[in-house]
Amino acid sequence: MPKVTHHYLRTKKKFPNVWCAGCGIGIVMGAIIRAIDKLKLSRDEVVMVSGIGCSSRMPVYVDFNTLHTTHGRPLAFATGVKLAKPSLKVIVITGDGDALAIGGNHFIHACRRNIDLTCILINNQTYGMTGGQFSPSTPFMKLGTTAPYGNRERAFDISKLAIASGAPFVARGTAYHVVQLEKLIEQAALKKGFSLVEVISHCPTLYGRLNKEGDAVEMLKWQRGHAIPISAAGKVPPEKLRGKFLTGVLWDIEFPEYCEEYDKVIAEAQRRD
Amino acid sequence: MRTATDQKERLLQGNQACAEGALASGARFFAGYPITPSTEIAEYLARQLPKVGGKFIQMEDEIASIAAVIGASVTGSKSMTATSGPGFSLMQEHIGYAYMAEVPCVIVDVQRGGPSTGLPTKVAQSDTMQVRWGTHGDYYAIALAPSSVEECFDLTIRAFNLSEKYRTPVIVLMDEVVGHMREKVSLPNPNEIKIINRMKPTVPPEWYQHFEINPHFVSPMAGFGEGYRFNVTGLTHDPFGFPTVRPEEIREKLDKLKNKITHNVNDIIEIKEEFMEDADVAIFAYGIVARAARQAIRMARDKRIKAGLIQPLTIWPFPDLYMEHISEQLDLIIVAELNQGQLIGEVMRVVRGKTRVRGLFRYDSELITPDQIFDKIREEK
Amino acid sequence: MLSFKSSSFYTDGRILKLADEEKKTTLTDKEAEGQKIRVFEAWCKKCGICVAFCPTGALTSNEDGLPILTYLEKCTLCGMCELRCPDFAIAVKAKEKEEK
Repeated sequence: MPKVTHHYLRTKKKFPNVWCAGCGIGIVMGAIIRAIDKLKLSRDEVVMVSGIGCSSRMPVYVDFNTLHTTHGRPLAFATGVKLAKPSLKVIVITGDGDALAIGGNHFIHACRRNIDLTCILINNQTYGMTGGQFSPSTPFMKLGTTAPYGNRERAFDISKLAIASGAPFVARGTAYHVVQLEKLIEQAALKKGFSLVEVISHCPTLYGRLNKEGDAVEMLKWQRGHAIPISAAGKVPPEKLRGKFLTGVLWDIEFPEYCEEYDKVIAEAQRRD
Repeated sequence: MRTATDQKERLLQGNQACAEGALASGARFFAGYPITPSTEIAEYLARQLPKVGGKFIQMEDEIASIAAVIGASVTGSKSMTATSGPGFSLMQEHIGYAYMAEVPCVIVDVQRGGPSTGLPTKVAQSDTMQVRWGTHGDYYAIALAPSSVEECFDLTIRAFNLSEKYRTPVIVLMDEVVGHMREKVSLPNPNEIKIINRMKPTVPPEWYQHFEINPHFVSPMAGFGEGYRFNVTGLTHDPFGFPTVRPEEIREKLDKLKNKITHNVNDIIEIKEEFMEDADVAIFAYGIVARAARQAIRMARDKRIKAGLIQPLTIWPFPDLYMEHISEQLDLIIVAELNQGQLIGEVMRVVRGKTRVRGLFRYDSELITPDQIFDKIREEK
Repeated sequence: MLSFKSSSFYTDGRILKLADEEKKTTLTDKEAEGQKIRVFEAWCKKCGICVAFCPTGALTSNEDGLPILTYLEKCTLCGMCELRCPDFAIAVKAKEKEEK
C-alpha cells in the first residue's frame, strides 16, 4: 500500500532513520512531506535547508534539493538560496539550540528581513545530538547534562521573539497534534514572507530520561495535556492557562516580502541607468 | 542598459576594479558586511549589481554573508563576498564548508593591520598564512594577490574562473593600499574576457553524483532547481553527498579535495617575473610590496647588480616547482612582506638551504619603500 | 544507532504466520495487499506510539514490540497510526469512498 510519505523518501538512503525510537522529529517529517504533497509543490522547486542537530538530519532523507549546513546558520544559507533563485520554495528545518543559541542572530534578522522562507523549528528543549545539554528553550530548573543542578536560565518565548523581530506569520504546533501540524505547515508555506512554525516535540532518550518525563508515549501525552488551541484560549480561565502553551496560528500579518522588494530595487536601478 | 564594463580609460580604485572584475565574470550575487578597508566593494556592487539584474544583500554579520554566498552558489549563481581580517576570521568555518561541499565562490580579503581589530585603515599582509590554514581540517587553498588596480580587475576574473573550474572557494588577497589606491586603467571589452563556468552534468538526474569521484578529481555541478536533486553537506560524505563513516570513502573524498588542486598546479599558478633571465639575486614580493620591489630592482640594475623580481600572482598553492627551479640560479632571495615573516617560511621550505634566503619585514603600518629593498640588497649581497 | 531483536521468525524481513495464534500475526507482502494495516518490520523501532494512541484500541503490541492489528473489526482506517509513526513503518489502507 503506497503511502504519500514513502514516495518522497530517497531510495538511496538507508532506513530506518537515524532518530531514536519514538523521537518526534520523524513525526514532524511526515507532516512536512504531506503538506508539500497537498500543496502540489514540485520536488525540483523545493529546497530543504537545515543546520546541525537531530532535527537537522531531516533533509538527507527526502527527495528534494537538500542543503545541510553549519550549526546555527541554515537561515543565512537559505537567504542566499532564496534571493539568488526566488522561484525555489525554501523550507528551513532547525532545532531550538540551532536556531536560538548559536543561530539567534540569524533568527531575528530572518524574521526582520521578511524573506520568503518557511522555518520549522523543532523544539525538544535540549541539545539532543550532543547528549542532552540544556538549550535556550529548556525551562527554568529543568535538568540538562550541563545543568546538573537545574537550569538557572529562563527559556525563550519563541513566538514572542519571532513576533517582536518582525515575522509576519508565527504558529505553534506539537508532534502530538499531527493533523493540525500538517495544516499549519501548509499555511506557513503558502504565506509570502518569513513564516515560523514552532513544533513542541520530545526527546525521550535524553531530556525525557534526565527529567523523568517518561517515554515517547508519556511525553506525547504531556503535549496533548498542555496544549491549548488559541481559538479556545479566550474561553479558558487564566489559572487554567498557567503551565500550558498556546497552539495554532499565533500571528498573521502582511508586510512586503524581501525578494519582491529587491525586484523593485532592480527595476529602479535599471530605470535610473 | 549599460554593460558592466566599457573600454575607455577610467580612474578606478582597486576595490572598484575588483568589483568590476566580478561583474565582468558574470557574478550576480554579493552578500557582505561593511568592514574597512573593503567596504567600497560592497557599496559599488550595491549600486551596480541591480543594474545588471544581480542581487546584493547586506547580511547581519560576516558569517551570514559567506553563508548566503554559498547558498546562492548552490543554486548556480556566481557569488562573492568581501571583507578584511576580522571578518575573514569570522568566515573561516564556512570557507571550510565551501571546501568540503565543493562550492565555487570568491572571497576578497583586503588586508589591514592585525591581529584583532588592529589597524582598520592601515596596510599589512599578515593574513597570508591564515588564507592557507585559517579553517580546520585538510584542504588546499587557492589565493591570488594583486599589486595594482589593473591586477585587481584581472585577478578577480581569474579567481572566478578558477573557482568555477575547480569547484572551490578562491581568495583574492588584496591589501589596504591596493584596495584604496587609484590608477588609470583601460578595462577590456567583455567579449575579450575569457570566462570559465562550472561544468554541468550530462547524465540523467537519477545517475547524478554531486560529488562524483573521477580521474579528473573535478565533478560537474548541477544547481538547485535544475532538475537534479541532491544533498549538500559539510559532513564528510560519499559521492552522493550522504554522510559516511567508511574509511575508504573518507579517504577518497579527502584525496579528491587534495588532488583536484595539487594535480592542477600548473594551471592554477601564475608568476610575474622581471629581469630574472640573468638574475643572481631575487626579490620575492607580492601585493603592494611588488610595486616597491619593481622600483628597487631598477635601482639595483643601475648599479650593475643583477637583481630580478619574482612576483607570485598566485600565493596559494605556493609555487614550489617554480621556486625550486629558479633558486638554482640565485645566490640570494630577499622575501619582502608587510608582516613578521609569513611567506618566507614557504620559500625556505622549498629552497632547503641551497640558496640564501633573507627577510625584509615591515609591520608598523607603513609601506616597504624601494630604498629599503635596495638597501637590503646591498647589505646582503 | 538502534538495534532491534532479530527473531527466528524472520526471513527476508517478514514474519511468517504463527500457526497457533491466528489473531496475532503480521503478514507477507502478498497477504498484506487488501489488508487494513501493513507494518514494515525492518523500519519499526517498536516505540509503541501507534498502539498507545490508536483511538479504538485495535492495535496491540506483540512480545517483540511490533504493532499487530489484533482487533480487525475495531480498525476504522482513521490513519492516525500512520500519521504518528516517526519511521513511516506502518501504512493504513485508504478508505474506500463508500466506507467513509
